[in-house]
Amino acid sequence: MITINHYLAVSATLLLIGTLGVLTRRNIVVILMSIELILNAVNVNLIAFSKYHNQVTGQVFAIFVIAVAVAEAAVGLGVLIALFRNKGSVQADEVDLLKW
Amino acid sequence: MGDSVFFYAFAALAILGALGTVLFRSAVHCSLALMTSLLGVAGLYLMQGAEFLFAVQIVLYIGGIMVLFLFVIMLVNLDQAAKLKQFNGQTPLAVLAILGTGAAFYAFLAKGVATLPAPASATVMTGGNTENVADLLFTSYLLPFEVASVLLLVAVVGSVLMAGKGGTR
Amino acid sequence: MVNLIWLIPLIPLGGAAVLLLLGRMLPKSLIKVVAPGTIFAAFLLSLGAVMESGGKPHEVVLYEWLPKVDWGFLLDPLSSVMILIITGIGFLIHVYATGYMDHEGGYYRFFGYLNLFVFFMLILVLANNYVLLFAGWEGVGLASYLLIGFYFNKKSAGDAAKKAFLFNRVGDAGFILGMFCVAALTHGSLAFRDLHGLTAGPLLTAAAALLFLGATGKSAQLPLFVWLPDAMEGPTPVSALIHAATMVTAGVYMVARSSAIYSLAPEVSAAISCIGATTAIMAATIAMVQTDIKRVLAYSTVSQLGFMFMAAGVGAYWVAVFHLMTHAFFKALLFLGAGSVIHGLHGEQDMLKMGGLRSEMPITFWTMAIAALAIAGVPGMAGFFSKDEILFYAYLNFKSVFAVGLITAALTAFYMWRLMFLTFFGEKRTLVHAHESPLVMTAPLIVLALGCGGCSYYAAQLERWLEPVLHSNHSPDIGLKHVLMAASVFAAFTGILLARYFHASTGPLGPLTKLAQHKWYLDDIYDFVFVRGLGMRGGEYLGSFDRRILDGGINGAGLVTRFVSRASIWADTWIVDGLVRIAGFSAMFASLPARIVQTGFVQSYALVIVAAIAAALGLFWVK
Repeated sequence: MITINHYLAVSATLLLIGTLGVLTRRNIVVILMSIELILNAVNVNLIAFSKYHNQVTGQVFAIFVIAVAVAEAAVGLGVLIALFRNKGSVQADEVDLLKW
Repeated sequence: MGDSVFFYAFAALAILGALGTVLFRSAVHCSLALMTSLLGVAGLYLMQGAEFLFAVQIVLYIGGIMVLFLFVIMLVNLDQAAKLKQFNGQTPLAVLAILGTGAAFYAFLAKGVATLPAPASATVMTGGNTENVADLLFTSYLLPFEVASVLLLVAVVGSVLMAGKGGTR
Repeated sequence: MVNLIWLIPLIPLGGAAVLLLLGRMLPKSLIKVVAPGTIFAAFLLSLGAVMESGGKPHEVVLYEWLPKVDWGFLLDPLSSVMILIITGIGFLIHVYATGYMDHEGGYYRFFGYLNLFVFFMLILVLANNYVLLFAGWEGVGLASYLLIGFYFNKKSAGDAAKKAFLFNRVGDAGFILGMFCVAALTHGSLAFRDLHGLTAGPLLTAAAALLFLGATGKSAQLPLFVWLPDAMEGPTPVSALIHAATMVTAGVYMVARSSAIYSLAPEVSAAISCIGATTAIMAATIAMVQTDIKRVLAYSTVSQLGFMFMAAGVGAYWVAVFHLMTHAFFKALLFLGAGSVIHGLHGEQDMLKMGGLRSEMPITFWTMAIAALAIAGVPGMAGFFSKDEILFYAYLNFKSVFAVGLITAALTAFYMWRLMFLTFFGEKRTLVHAHESPLVMTAPLIVLALGCGGCSYYAAQLERWLEPVLHSNHSPDIGLKHVLMAASVFAAFTGILLARYFHASTGPLGPLTKLAQHKWYLDDIYDFVFVRGLGMRGGEYLGSFDRRILDGGINGAGLVTRFVSRASIWADTWIVDGLVRIAGFSAMFASLPARIVQTGFVQSYALVIVAAIAAALGLFWVK
């Protein structure tokens, strides 16, 4: 029997994998993709509880999350292109002007 | 029984795809893996009765955002980047932190299921899923919906500004 | 009409504005009418105003310019004489210049400057206070500068213009200081009407001396006269108008105008007549050996100005003004005649290359002859009476000045007739075919010649006319006057006769010739003292003084400083810096943990967040 727990476990796994990608990858494109993974994990969670409580509100929130994800991807990729033009690189650890 | 098979298949698809996204060397491979993962998540949506979100996931995510990613990958020419080291210096620490967090997550999941309220009865909803979502979206959540559209507009303007000629300043 | 005297200077100003601003677009024929026309209008207006005033002083105040200083004009007998000379002779010279400058470039510019000059000159003589007079005084200096440097592509002209300007500045400085002294005496008024009733004192003596320094600059007296001969680089009508008839007499006018001050400062007056006499004889000797026709006339002008100051110095102010007037006539005529000769010979100025022009330029010859007789002091001509009066008053008050004056009168006759003989008599020494000048140039010559002959008979009237302003100490000693007259006539004829026989001589002065040829070394002295002295030699002395004494002191101070600073360095390095370093290092060590967190690297911040989440969750778990 597949309970909500299974969905939540999948969601947590996706979240952890996405976070791992954000924390460890050097390529900013891949970091952005990892963020998409995190957002999907959130959506899975929302959908699971939507089903569990038999309410559509969770799905509506998922739609908002998708909208935010689209906006984030657009802006993130714009930043990425500007960065590439100015520095000729998309390595996250080469952008460290804020250091001491 | 069929439910279980599909669930595990979709879950495996999502998790393996996610792993591929994080671990592959080439950004193009990463994006293909991400598509796989999104496809698995879409399947999970379908299984939870969220048909509308399933469609949105396929059309918007896989058809829209991923194409955007591929465009960018093409634009910034990542051949050079693929030859470099892919993981940064804090990787062991990060893995440790992730493992810790994951352990806590699963512990709470195992512990917390019992405290959940009882599930609602499955047969209350009338009409199609899309219809219900639309009803809610355009009545109770009309204002957030409009705010979200403004957000998208701002994001478009911002990304055009940054990626356009102004970005070279 | 007497209320309209403010219009008199304004008309030439209007002409100058039109010519300078629009002149480039105007046809030459129109300029020929506008430039002399404005002066003629001013002349008519002056004439009407003078007749209407009838010798009574009349002031027109336009508005208060500075506190207690008005923009006001004063028409009294003295300024009446001056404005009539300026506008009358100015008009004749303008007419002459329309012919003389016919072939020159910058026609409109020339007449614009000339009109501008007349404007400033009229301001100068019509001013009712020193400040406005000074404004005109500076203005004529400017116009003079512009006109001397009229041929601005000639280096010598530019240099001469600068020289004139600089020498005038020296005098102007004196004038300004003198004005301050006068202001202190009259409690800030500076108006001429407040000069009466002053009392003698050191301040008044200083004011008189300083104002006279201004006059020596403008009127080319010792020690500042060397600019005037160089000013002959300008076109000849300019020399006639500015450097003979009007501007250079501004100093004489100013001294006459300040007669109330000078009559209370006898020492300064004595100095003025001595300086005048010295200048007169010095310039006359230089004029005797010059070969450039215009330079002879320039030194002659300096010499005649010396005569005027001689008169002013012995208290005969009206005689000074009288000589100013006659001089304006005959010197303008001489310059214009010389200009006519130069014009006829296509620019030749060297008298040794002239000669025999009598038959070719009859009008020029006869008019110039009249002027030469007048300046020599031949009876019946303008200069005779005025010079005679000067010598008479000098004899009464200052015998040695009289002696110098008498000798100078003889020298004057000599150099002037030397000029005449060299230019118009003897054999022709040039191949250039000379031609008589056109009517526009000869007509003013004729009018001026009539003036030379005629104006002299009005000496007594002029004296009476000027009486209210310049109190003359009339002497009834007619017998003495006639004796002196005979002496001066004798001097004049001696000079002319000597010139007849020695005009070709290169050394008419004997041992003094060389001195005169080098202009008494005045230019060389200025060059030595001011240009080379202060500039180069003085620089050397100052340099060695600098090296030996100033530098020695500085080096000594430097050694002491170095020693002190050594010690200071030690203390600085080990004590002050040590403390600072300790403070710095301690801050650095203390900050180390805080510092390494700030990697500037986004992902490590994210890692901290995740680790914190893990820790927080772990905390819940443990509980």
